[in-house]
Amino acid sequence: MTATPDTLPIHSEDDVVRVRHAVRRAAVELGFSLVDQTKLVTAASELARNTLIHGGGGEARVERLDTPRRGLRLVFEDRGPGIPDVERAFQDGFTTGGGLGLGLGGSRRLVNDFSVESTPGVLTRVTATKWK
Amino acid sequence: MTNPDQRILHSLERDPSRFLDVWLGEQAASGTMRRDLISEAELRTQSQAFLSALIAALRSGVPFEGGSNHPAWSGVRAQLEDLSRQRAQRGFSFSEVATFVFSFKQPLFSALRESTDGGTELAEASWEANVLLDRLGLYTIEVYQRSRENIIERQRQEMLELSTPVVKVWDGVVALPLIGTLDSERTQIVMETLLQRIVETGSTIAIIDITGVPTVDTLVAQHLLRTVAAAQLMGADCIISGIRPQIAQTIVHLGIDLSGVTTKANLADAIQIAMERTGMRVERQAPGRTP
Repeated sequence: MTATPDTLPIHSEDDVVRVRHAVRRAAVELGFSLVDQTKLVTAASELARNTLIHGGGGEARVERLDTPRRGLRLVFEDRGPGIPDVERAFQDGFTTGGGLGLGLGGSRRLVNDFSVESTPGVLTRVTATKWK
Repeated sequence: MTNPDQRILHSLERDPSRFLDVWLGEQAASGTMRRDLISEAELRTQSQAFLSALIAALRSGVPFEGGSNHPAWSGVRAQLEDLSRQRAQRGFSFSEVATFVFSFKQPLFSALRESTDGGTELAEASWEANVLLDRLGLYTIEVYQRSRENIIERQRQEMLELSTPVVKVWDGVVALPLIGTLDSERTQIVMETLLQRIVETGSTIAIIDITGVPTVDTLVAQHLLRTVAAAQLMGADCIISGIRPQIAQTIVHLGIDLSGVTTKANLADAIQIAMERTGMRVERQAPGRTP
């Protein structure tokens, strides 16, 4: 069973802040430890900013999970240019946006399950899940 | 009468001072009248000025269009702009501002009823009055909205500057306690303020305290690293303090390399290091005096 997810638009830096707040709220509600809350919020911040900068805006879904365990799933979707080489995008230091190039790989290390599906030009979906 | 608005002008010119009294009565009875924010005398002056400006504008025979800048209406526009701006600053609400113009309708319709023969002419004149006052009302609201946005923008700017205090801790040591979200715009101001203060105080050590920064992601880290690099170019070493355990773990997982920067868990440790580096030593005066 999954409760109704919160869907948040991402079209500006302010929206990234809103996503962070929503994720922190959900993580606190689910009883995540302070470290895990911080990890989730940081991953959400990275992925939301990717959606904004590389995807040209999109949306975030914050889903509270009950099965098989309690957890929090973050789904980011955009219809931007997409990621042609996903493995390369995961490499630390690889960047196309002038950042540190650690966001995607780093986010993967901050959560338990992580997946990227990208059909360039159609839909890019990044899913990050952290179990309690 | 060929020009439509002339019927309005005609009805206003018949007895402007009585009209003003009726209108003021209407504003007072509207329920959105804020006697706590504006005095009756002031309201009378404003209303009188608007009425005179409106009569002058109507005499020109030029119709009022929302976005037009026709000089014939500049007096009316100036009146409404002053009024909106003043009311925005005093904290009037949208409806309280709009009431100024919309309360004009009732007395104007009454005046039109007296100055026309009724029937079709009255219906036409009423419609014209309606259109004119709606446009003036919308114009007022637009100006009000812009004034409010200016106020918010000014407050935002003030907050940006207030939120980045660089304090001198000791000779040659400045500290910058950061609080809140560190976005690109704030980082820019933080960096400028810090570099400025380093020059002013001739400091060789700058402490950046991030206890109040809730999230340190790669962008915030990049901003911090750039600020540190810029300070180093100015000849000042940076110490980043206030790295909480959860932030430390997150930074490690993200793979951010802060090994080139001195970091401390809290501000006290950072100040201690800074004192040592500048050749200072903190010690108790006498062992016996400890509580």
